[in-house]
Amino acid sequence: MPDPTVLKVEKLSVEFNGATVVDGVSFSVLKGEVLAILGPNGAGKSVIFRALLDLVPYSGKISWAPDLKIGYVPQKLAIDRSTPLSVVEFLKSKAKNTKEILDVLKLVGINTGPESEHHLEHHILNRGLGKLSGGEFQRILIAWALIGGPNVLLFDEPTAGIDISGEETIYNLLKKIQQSNDLTLLLISHDLNIVYNYADKVICINKKALCLGEPHQVLDPKSLSVLYGGEAKFYHHEH
Amino acid sequence: MDLINNLTFLQIMAGVFIGIASGYLGSFMILRRMALVGDALSHVALPGIALAFLLNVNPFIGAFSALFLGIVCIWLIESHTELPTESLVGLFFTVSLAIGILITPENELLEALFGDISKISLDDTIISVTFSIVVIAAMKLIANKFMLGTLSPDLAKSARINVSRLNFIFLILVAVIVALGIKAVGTLLMGALVVIPAISAKNISNNLKSFTLTSAVFGLVSLVAGIYISRLLNYSPGPVVVLVSGLIFILSLFLKKE
Repeated sequence: MPDPTVLKVEKLSVEFNGATVVDGVSFSVLKGEVLAILGPNGAGKSVIFRALLDLVPYSGKISWAPDLKIGYVPQKLAIDRSTPLSVVEFLKSKAKNTKEILDVLKLVGINTGPESEHHLEHHILNRGLGKLSGGEFQRILIAWALIGGPNVLLFDEPTAGIDISGEETIYNLLKKIQQSNDLTLLLISHDLNIVYNYADKVICINKKALCLGEPHQVLDPKSLSVLYGGEAKFYHHEH
Repeated sequence: MDLINNLTFLQIMAGVFIGIASGYLGSFMILRRMALVGDALSHVALPGIALAFLLNVNPFIGAFSALFLGIVCIWLIESHTELPTESLVGLFFTVSLAIGILITPENELLEALFGDISKISLDDTIISVTFSIVVIAAMKLIANKFMLGTLSPDLAKSARINVSRLNFIFLILVAVIVALGIKAVGTLLMGALVVIPAISAKNISNNLKSFTLTSAVFGLVSLVAGIYISRLLNYSPGPVVVLVSGLIFILSLFLKKE
C-alpha cells in the first residue's frame, strides 16, 4: 500500500524583513482530501501557499510526495482592461496544444462544442483577459491551473470578487472537478460556511496554527473567538 | 548600378529590419511596463560609443558592451532587491549620459546623440539585418512564457518557468536592439523607437498576436518613411523617424478600440 500522504509540513515559518508572518505551522494532507486553510485577513494564509510553491524563503520542512503536478489558482491577478492578451493566448502559455485547452475549458463548464464555434468572434477564447467578469476570470484561472493534469490544486480564496450565485457555482465546480479527477485540494478561505460544506479537514491560521481537524469537531465558538481575536462574528448556523 | 553599395538600398534594408525588431521587442517592453527603463537604458550606450570612438572600434560593439553592463545592473536590482527599479534607473542612467557627453569626441557627439543612418556602411547593414533576425526569432521563442512571467511571476513560477532567466534573456535582446537602433536614431531618441510603435499598437489591438505584429509594422513604417522623408527634406533622419512614429500614434488614437 503506497503512502497516502501527499504533503507534510513541519514547523513552517516565514519571515518578512524580520517580522514573523507564519510561525511554526505543521500539518499534513492525504491523497484526495480537501484541506481548508481558515483565518482572518493578514493571517499568513496566502504566504503558506507561496511557501508551499517555493515562491518565498522559509524555514521548516515541506515535503511533497514525489512526481506530483501542482496547479495554483492565485487570489487575484493585477490585469488592466486594456491588456492586449486574449484568453486563448493566456491558456497557451501553459498548454501544449489546442486539445488541452478545450479539455480544461470543458472541465470548468465552458462550452466549446461545434455550436459555439459559430460565435467564435464573441467566444470567450477570443476575448481580452482583462475584459472578463469576475466569475469568468476565475473559471479561466482554474482552467489554466488544470492544464497538464495536476494531482494537487492550490486555490487561494475562491470567493474573492464573485457574487453569491457565482460563488455557489465555483464551489460546486471545484467539488465536481476534485471528485472526477481524483484531486487533492488545498483551499484558502475566510468563509466558515464554505469550510463546513466543502472541506474534509481544516487548519485555522493566525500566524500560528490554532486548530487542526475535521471542521465539525474543531470549529466551535471558543476556537473561533481565539482565531478572530475575540470577535467571533461568524457562526455556523444549523438549519 | 551596384545595388549592394547603393546607400539608399543599405539604409532601407537596415531600416526595415531594425524597425520590425524594435517595434516587436518594444511591444513586450510595454507589456512589462518598461517604457521608461527602455528610454533611459538607451542613454547608457553613450559612454560605450565614446570609448569605441577613442579605441577606434565599431560603435555598435561599444554601445552593446555598455548596454550589456547596464542590463546586468537592472537585472541584479530586479532579482535581488525589492528596490523600485525606476528610481535607480533614473539615477545611474542619466549619470552615464552625462559621462558620455563629456568623453565623446566633439565632432562625433551629434551623431552619437541623434544617429545618422544616411552614413551607414555595408558592414553595419549586415550587422543590423543579422542581429535583428536573431532578436526577433529569440523573442518569438520565449514570448508565451515571458508574457506569463510578466502577468504574474508567481503563476509562471508555479508552472516551473525560470522567470529570472527569461527576464535576463529579454534584457539582452533589448540591449542588442537598442545598440542597433542607435545607428538610426541616436542614443537620445532610441527610446522612442521601441516605445511609440508599441503604445500606438496597443491602442488598436485586442490580443497579443495583433499587438506585437502591429507594433512591428509601425516600427517598420516609422523608420522607412522617416528615412525617406528626411532625404526629401534634407533633414537628419533620427528626429524625422521619431516624428513619423508620433504621427502614427495620433492616428491610432482615432482608431482606438472601444
